[in-house]
Amino acid sequence: MTAVAEPEVGRARRRKEDARLITGRTRWTDNLTLPGMLHMALLRSPVAHARITSIDADAARKMPGVLAVVTGADIAEEQGSLPCAWPITEDMKAPEAPAMAVGEVNFAGEVVAAVVARSAAEAVDALEAIDVEYDELPVVLDMTEAIADGADLVHPDLGTNKSATWVYDSAEAGSGGAIDDAIAQADVVLERTFRQQRLIPAFMEPRSVLVDPTGEQITVWSATQIPHILKWMISAVTGVPETKVRVIAPDVGGGFGGKLQVTPEEIITFLLARKLGKPVKWTESRSESMQSAHHGRDQIQKITLAASSDGTLKGLKVELLADMGAYLRLVSPGVPILGAFMFNAIYKMDAYRFECTNVFTNKTPTDAYRGAGRPEATFGIERMMDELAAELGRDPIELRQQNWIKHEEFPFTTVAGLTYDSGNYEAATAKALELFGYDALRQEQRERRERGDKVQLGIGVSTYTEMCGLAPSRVLGALRYAAGGWEHASIRMLPTGKVEVITGTSPHGQGHETAWSQIVADRLGVPFEDVEVLHGDTQSSHKGMDSYGSRSLAVGGTALVMAADRVVEKARKLAAHMLECSEDDVEFSGGKLKVRGTDKSTDIQSVALHAHVAHDLPDGMEASLDSEATFDPENFSFPHGTHLCAVEVDTETGQTKIRSYVSVDDVGVVVNPLIVEGQVHGGLAQGIAQALFEEAVHDESGTLTTGTFADYLLPSAADLPSFTTDRTETPATTNPLGAKGVGEAGTIASTPAVVNAIVDAVRHYGVNDIEMPCTPMRVWKAIHTGERAAGGPGDEAGGGLGSIDASGGAQ
Amino acid sequence: MRITTTVDGTSYTDEVEPRMLLVQYLRERLGKVGTVVGCDTSNCGACTVHLDGQSVKSCSVLAVQADGREITTIEGLADDGELHPLQQAFHDNHALQCGFCTPGMIMQALDLLKENPDPDEDEVRSGLEGNLCRCTGYQNIVKAVRAAAEQMPSAARQADVPQEPVTASMPSEVSQS
Amino acid sequence: MIPAAFDYVVPASVDDAVRELHDAGEDAKVLAGGQSLLPVLRMRLAAPSKIIDIGRIPELKGIRDEGDHLVIGAATPHHEVQKNQLVRDHALLIALATETVADPQVRHLGTFGGALAHADPAGDLLAPALALDAVFVVAGMDGRHEIPASEFFVDYFTTALRPGELLLEVKVPKYTGWRAHYEKFNRVAQAWSICGVAAACRVDGGTIAEARVGLTNMSSVPVRARAVEQALVGQQATAEVIKAAASHAVDGTLPTSDGNADAEYREHLAKVLTERAVTAACS
Repeated sequence: MTAVAEPEVGRARRRKEDARLITGRTRWTDNLTLPGMLHMALLRSPVAHARITSIDADAARKMPGVLAVVTGADIAEEQGSLPCAWPITEDMKAPEAPAMAVGEVNFAGEVVAAVVARSAAEAVDALEAIDVEYDELPVVLDMTEAIADGADLVHPDLGTNKSATWVYDSAEAGSGGAIDDAIAQADVVLERTFRQQRLIPAFMEPRSVLVDPTGEQITVWSATQIPHILKWMISAVTGVPETKVRVIAPDVGGGFGGKLQVTPEEIITFLLARKLGKPVKWTESRSESMQSAHHGRDQIQKITLAASSDGTLKGLKVELLADMGAYLRLVSPGVPILGAFMFNAIYKMDAYRFECTNVFTNKTPTDAYRGAGRPEATFGIERMMDELAAELGRDPIELRQQNWIKHEEFPFTTVAGLTYDSGNYEAATAKALELFGYDALRQEQRERRERGDKVQLGIGVSTYTEMCGLAPSRVLGALRYAAGGWEHASIRMLPTGKVEVITGTSPHGQGHETAWSQIVADRLGVPFEDVEVLHGDTQSSHKGMDSYGSRSLAVGGTALVMAADRVVEKARKLAAHMLECSEDDVEFSGGKLKVRGTDKSTDIQSVALHAHVAHDLPDGMEASLDSEATFDPENFSFPHGTHLCAVEVDTETGQTKIRSYVSVDDVGVVVNPLIVEGQVHGGLAQGIAQALFEEAVHDESGTLTTGTFADYLLPSAADLPSFTTDRTETPATTNPLGAKGVGEAGTIASTPAVVNAIVDAVRHYGVNDIEMPCTPMRVWKAIHTGERAAGGPGDEAGGGLGSIDASGGAQ
Repeated sequence: MRITTTVDGTSYTDEVEPRMLLVQYLRERLGKVGTVVGCDTSNCGACTVHLDGQSVKSCSVLAVQADGREITTIEGLADDGELHPLQQAFHDNHALQCGFCTPGMIMQALDLLKENPDPDEDEVRSGLEGNLCRCTGYQNIVKAVRAAAEQMPSAARQADVPQEPVTASMPSEVSQS
Repeated sequence: MIPAAFDYVVPASVDDAVRELHDAGEDAKVLAGGQSLLPVLRMRLAAPSKIIDIGRIPELKGIRDEGDHLVIGAATPHHEVQKNQLVRDHALLIALATETVADPQVRHLGTFGGALAHADPAGDLLAPALALDAVFVVAGMDGRHEIPASEFFVDYFTTALRPGELLLEVKVPKYTGWRAHYEKFNRVAQAWSICGVAAACRVDGGTIAEARVGLTNMSSVPVRARAVEQALVGQQATAEVIKAAASHAVDGTLPTSDGNADAEYREHLAKVLTERAVTAACS
């Protein structure tokens, strides 16, 4: 007997991906250079809403090194309309969405013209020689005003700024009672309006596209999360047969939903490369990215929570306005709908109604951003639970405990109609409370209040769940999403015993190369080092639905398990032939295939070679162990957890400092704890940043005033605390790995924990809400003016001030 | 304008436009694409390299300003295939995810450790205030830098170019072209 | 992004630099460390025809002791200023404020004189220079002359430097034995100051013998908080005295409003931060 090797799944393997990333041997799209490659630069509208009356590009065409200057009118025929894959209602209004504006612009940053030149510098120089005249139109910015009678219209031909209204009503759906009855019968009815500010995904690698039209297939390298969807959509939009398009996502520097898009720039680069017959590259500047890559969140949430005086929840009514911006991008309309099933969260209640109206404005289109719909929902309900606790004079944890689904009640069908397969909210909460030192912090909070300390302590709670592992195709179909939610994997057993894994997921920082190797190493009993994971190139990975929605492991990892099991099935059959025994007598374990009860054995590498040379195969067997599988889950997965945040609020300045942050997440079975912990850390940072720092602000003319990293405030290491993270583990029952997904959990959970903590710190000043981001000024004003919801006074950006003023001298 | 630089130990002479940024020169002329550009306002720090032994943001330096000077990039850090202790520590501590900020983060961390060989957590955090990461929440980066500090012999901290001592005297004259 | 094309010269001496500046006319820009200029060029918010790089003029670099004052060369990097023992001994406030400028990389290249000549009201070195009565030595084709800090800052991004003039060095009187503190308030570490307070005090046996206080970003130019100083001098350095003095911090300010702070909040911050800065500078 040989010792059983330590299982790979569950091991904190250091990442395979790191070697190239820490030494600078990277293949970001912008690093690639092809022979004869040209560079593209884009002229963008400086105004938010206007008719284009003329474009004079003659001077630009004559500039040195310029090969082409193209306007929307020039490519109107070929460019088609950018895809929106999620028409949420039958009567949803969707405007034409040209990649390059034709005749009118609808947000500041929309592409108006493109220059292709020998060098990037020459292309940018020529932009300045293009003269565009705009006839400005009224600008629509505010959602509430946009849907009022007589409002100016973003798209006059649609006759309204409302794109669609989507409703879920538990009485109509049969998943619960009528909300009006619940409200009428409740002892306590709380109503609050929260604003989810507009955010910018702000992946670190700016977007870049390189298109090479010189081969038989047009090859597109793009900094994208979705090479497979992009390939399909490029074909759908341009009419080029899908067989003639190859998409490669090389090293991709972060996405967070921001690269889940079929962008105008990808289509324009594609068309111009094809037109010129030369490779063309476009790489955006950060300010272009801020202005034109899709934004996230941006909702107004009116929430009504009904409860009895003993704290039992009765019903929840959610009325949302969601800002789509000027156009519907790939999944824009569906983002708020992903929240529809999550406002009720982990709580039991009798009735639920969700109503969301998607609204057009003259702003950058919004779309997926880490969590997409679920952070908004979690924020809404978790803020309300703290408000209800305050209203009833109850401890916020105890109130949640009273209402949440008990661990013995799983599987549990919620008032929103979803069936949660597993969970243990009690265990996660108990662990979090212990790590946090809840009672001691509450004691300190009381003491600080009593002595009127200038620094007040607040404690915020967030007991969240989310639906991820997107997703069952049939559910997506029922929600009118145009694509499926399956995932594909295949395994190539090479003659040397090495293993190539091809996955349809498209990692951009998540570490799939490592985690997938661990899964396969366990499943096939081969060394971790012998597994190579191929991804992101539609030529090798021909089939996939890519990475977003915390789906890769739960869906793509499962496909991989299935493919590996099929390899073993084939190997078992061939081994029986090789070892001259019945297939039923072959035991497979740790890479060995052994005849039961004997010492006769072989290993999977030998079997793979045997299959490959194919000299002696059983009748009917094909010459390979290679296998593939496609997995379509029957349900979402439901990670959950308890996050506790303690903040110190300086009441003199309004500044918030996070004193401690504890998260206990249950993301199911963990393949690699190192990677999972990293995902949680990063998710927390983004969720905390929404609470404290980030906001995309437009001025009254629709200009983005937070258009650089000097104004759009991302936290640095100096602005964040150390987190205490831990886990509980309740396996998902809907996939063989038991995995739930971790990509979005930290972001979904943390925002309300922080805001709840801030409000808790200053509630005794009469404050019951502070708008996000909770800037020092907003917090101070809330304390000192007793404003219920202290918003900012202006729409001007402040971070950069004059730091990049043109009139400045040298420093 | 003609410039001569030493980059990762190799001397280069090139004719460049004055407007060319140092990072463009490194990437486009020398093929040193390990150093990347993340923003246009010198906030993100992804482009950090060492110029005469001190960390700078190579997107905010003209290539002509680097004439006659020595530059170390992430690509010059490993010694004959052996990872620098900071690179090793980033790997060991899972201090990167997408890896786009990593070259700049490592180069700034190296500068930090040269000034302060044994920084506490707050010192690491403030020493990295000019570098943005969107993936990691910084926790493992801080951990990696402190782990590297323990691992690094003082010689490794001086791995690239000896830093000129800070004195009240005038620096030696540099060549001009 | 890529800057628009420009000509570039690297004068070897102050005389050469002044001549270049004169010849190039108003369309030229001086580059010292370039840490404010380069982003402006990259965003194409400015497109000078000529860049005059003064970063290689030995005379403009370094810090020296001239008896009753220090001289800081205009092209001395922040990093050198903040570490310099002369500065720490005799003008601690400047060292402390310099430590808060931007981030370590920017401080390696950005220069003392460049930051002052840039005259960004949110810049952290202006208020200390004003509070300490620094003197700016400038050169033009007509020769050299001196401008006191109180006259140097004219408006947003505007100084008393005339076209064709170059800032050579800054004389800082010695404040040996004074305590100092720079209280910077911003939302994230690398952001510009929403408000900042520079305070230096000479405390003698518990009594505030002398005090100097300057405010960052409370007007289009740095503001000297003279009313605060007057309320402090001759008083015991007690919490009550300092709080009362700090209430005068807004005298003479004209704060703007932006998304981070409206005027009312900035005024409030000025008082709170003045109290904190002075308290720290007296302890």
